Amino acid sequence: MGKKQKKVVVLPCSGIGKVYGALARETTYELMERVRPDEVVTTCLPLLVIKDPEAVALVLENPVITIDGCPKDCAKKSVQALGKEPDKTYEAIKFYTSHKDLKPEGVAEVNDTGRKLAAVAAAEVAQEVDKLAAGEEQ
Amino acid sequence: MDIQVQKVGIVSCSGEEIPEGTLCRLACRKVLDERPGETVTICLPLFIAGGEEERTFATNYPTITVDGCDKRCAAKATEMLSGKPAKSLSIPEILKKHGLKAPTKLRHFGPEEEAAVKAVADEISQAVDEVLEGD
Repeated sequence: MGKKQKKVVVLPCSGIGKVYGALARETTYELMERVRPDEVVTTCLPLLVIKDPEAVALVLENPVITIDGCPKDCAKKSVQALGKEPDKTYEAIKFYTSHKDLKPEGVAEVNDTGRKLAAVAAAEVAQEVDKLAAGEEQ
Repeated sequence: MDIQVQKVGIVSCSGEEIPEGTLCRLACRKVLDERPGETVTICLPLFIAGGEEERTFATNYPTITVDGCDKRCAAKATEMLSGKPAKSLSIPEILKKHGLKAPTKLRHFGPEEEAAVKAVADEISQAVDEVLEGD
């Protein structure tokens, strides 16, 4: 009998003012496109702000990981505003403080070093994705 | 007595899920970098996650919203949570006006997307001029 896994929703920071927002997005895209393409999906954070029914349902019905780019924690708080605690939260700056040889630069998009750091970060986040996906087996 | 507008607020769709969102972020960032004395921005989710200062953004600055799809999150959220935008721009409408195709990837924009980024940035910049001139 086959088991159906739920998707894991990864929500990055929306910011265009700081490098760690861009790093959060790059990490999310790395997960979606290369590391866990069958498990990870995202949605636009502003859709949660306007309470778009499809986006809200996606977040409420699946495990959620947030990756924030600054201490204002918009991604985490946007999920909490829906009455749900994210299953796992990350601060993108900690990816850098754990890998100081990979200093990201850029604001709207990260540079090559930032892309390398995002690949490392995505591999770390993927371990959590796997746990959440397995825990949500039906 | 006329009060001269000093800075214009730009609110970008962040559109993490769609290529137009990336286009929107890059174009808005380009305008912010090219016109630092005349433009400011805010992360849209701060209307919910932030404090009073963030929620009064659109009353402190005349605001231009830039949206990546017809859900128009930036325009709706700004009007609902902060104040009515001075102007609302739409990426699909701008691309159509300039005869440009929508981008097809979420990240790593390059020369293929350059014309679209420039066209959107130019439209935003023109809107900034109009707001500063009081149109």
